[in-house]
Amino acid sequence: MSRSGQTSFIIFCWLSALIPVLCVVALLAFLAARGLPTVSAALFFGDTQPLAALLGRAPVWDGIWPACAGTLSLVILSAALAIPVGVACGIHLAEFATGRSKAALSLGADLLAGVPSIVMGLFGFALILLLRQTLMPDATTCLLLSATCMALLILPYLIKTTQASLEGLPEELRLLGPSLGLTQLQAIRHIQLPAAGKGILGGAVLAIGRAAEDTAVILLTGVVANAGLPRGLLDKYEALPFFIFTTAAEHQTVGELNRGFGAALVLLLLTSGIFLGAHLLHATMQRRWRTSA
Amino acid sequence: MERITRGLLLLSALVAGLAVLAILGFLVWFSLPLLCGEGLTQVLSWRWRPFQGEFGILPMLVGSLCLSTTSMAVALPMGLGLCCFAHGVGPRKPAALVMGVVRFMTSVPTVVYGFVAVFLLVPLVRAAFVSGSGFSWLAASLTLSLLVLPTVVLMLHAQFELIEPRVRLTTAALGLTRAQAVRYVVLPAAQRGLLAASALGFGRAVGDTLVPLMLAGNAPQVPGSLLDATRTLTAHIALVVATDSQSTAYLSLFACGLILFVTSVAVNLTLRSLNRSDGGRA
Repeated sequence: MSRSGQTSFIIFCWLSALIPVLCVVALLAFLAARGLPTVSAALFFGDTQPLAALLGRAPVWDGIWPACAGTLSLVILSAALAIPVGVACGIHLAEFATGRSKAALSLGADLLAGVPSIVMGLFGFALILLLRQTLMPDATTCLLLSATCMALLILPYLIKTTQASLEGLPEELRLLGPSLGLTQLQAIRHIQLPAAGKGILGGAVLAIGRAAEDTAVILLTGVVANAGLPRGLLDKYEALPFFIFTTAAEHQTVGELNRGFGAALVLLLLTSGIFLGAHLLHATMQRRWRTSA
Repeated sequence: MERITRGLLLLSALVAGLAVLAILGFLVWFSLPLLCGEGLTQVLSWRWRPFQGEFGILPMLVGSLCLSTTSMAVALPMGLGLCCFAHGVGPRKPAALVMGVVRFMTSVPTVVYGFVAVFLLVPLVRAAFVSGSGFSWLAASLTLSLLVLPTVVLMLHAQFELIEPRVRLTTAALGLTRAQAVRYVVLPAAQRGLLAASALGFGRAVGDTLVPLMLAGNAPQVPGSLLDATRTLTAHIALVVATDSQSTAYLSLFACGLILFVTSVAVNLTLRSLNRSDGGRA
């Protein structure tokens, strides 16, 4: 290859590295410039007294607090549904499943990981259509349905990280249990799981981050623009990503638009904080068991 | 006790697979009335006019393909260049910084990309090309390529990390610099990684909803140029459910969902077969 070919290759690589970094810097700078001035108690609670709004005594009209509360309840609910199942599935795949059944089960997890979130939402929507035609004629989309679909969406993250954390443990730990006369389950409970705890926790945090940011699933399964605070499992609710989405298309005043920028900044800080936490947990886990690598 | 616990573990392990089967089952069941007989010709047509009883989804299918192809055409070379930068072309400290930025990008919510692009990129497109509203194939495609870039980069990065230690001594002994080693040895050896990264990135681009929904303009038509509005399968599903039209319109959504589902399965199987043949060679 000629010298000029070599040079253009190097220029191309520098450009490929610079352009995305510049895009991200532009995104952050723009969001900070438009969003930071709006971040205040008024952004969250509007004209309502913050304490009264937090306790749910007074409704919030001009703030993003109902959306935050909706996202929070959605995340808690879907995590509560997905974490036990995902971790148990990871344990089964890492410690018990062998041969064909292991291959089939991990294929299932991989396929589930690939399902686009809008299809997951459509699945939830279809579930409601079916319920309406059969058992419950007045079933409608709601918080519980969103949480179920969201749980399915984040399940693969939990399965993969649990399985990888357990399988990455060094061989001595695996032999420790039997040498002490523990049964396999006792060994998993008292040796492997505590040792892999950080990695599993990292997976759970990552899953929570995904549940907080995904919009397509909830779009079809019960989120609405003006629901107020979430009232119950079978009610409609608001959510932060959906609020940002609707603001982009339907804002009418500058004030509404500014609130959208504030909400986008809040959501970005929230998810990047969550992902940083997951990354740190994962890094500690790897450093601790470096011998295994 | 022991048996119960193991039973519970197995049961949880089955959930993922059963969920996939349930999703497939629902999609097929609801699109069945369309897939047999006259419905099929109705769905596989070029016109979407729900109030005149025309439910063709082909424009959306083409829209999805156009959008994901162009965004991959940007994201793939750029991801490749970025990976080469991180593995020898660039100095070490900037390389680590760039990889840090890429990891950060995975944590940016899709809706935030969309929101910022609506107010930053769309006015730029409108000003640069004068005609139209700026909500176009181009705007959506650029944003989407930024969105799939981390997927492409991290996949390639993992592949490069496997190859590099194996060839480091050899290339050093041949007197190659790190940049030359990456260009002439590591990159050609990473072909499978490149295929895997394109498959994964393509799957991500086809499956994304928010970016096309917010930026592509959503006109149900085959785009004639990069500045035309277009509508993807994903955005189509979101729009039709939101606007509450008639039941046949709903049914055609499940055909869209089925296409998306089959695409994701195909991407997955491609990745698996790539992994397997790679394992066989090593």
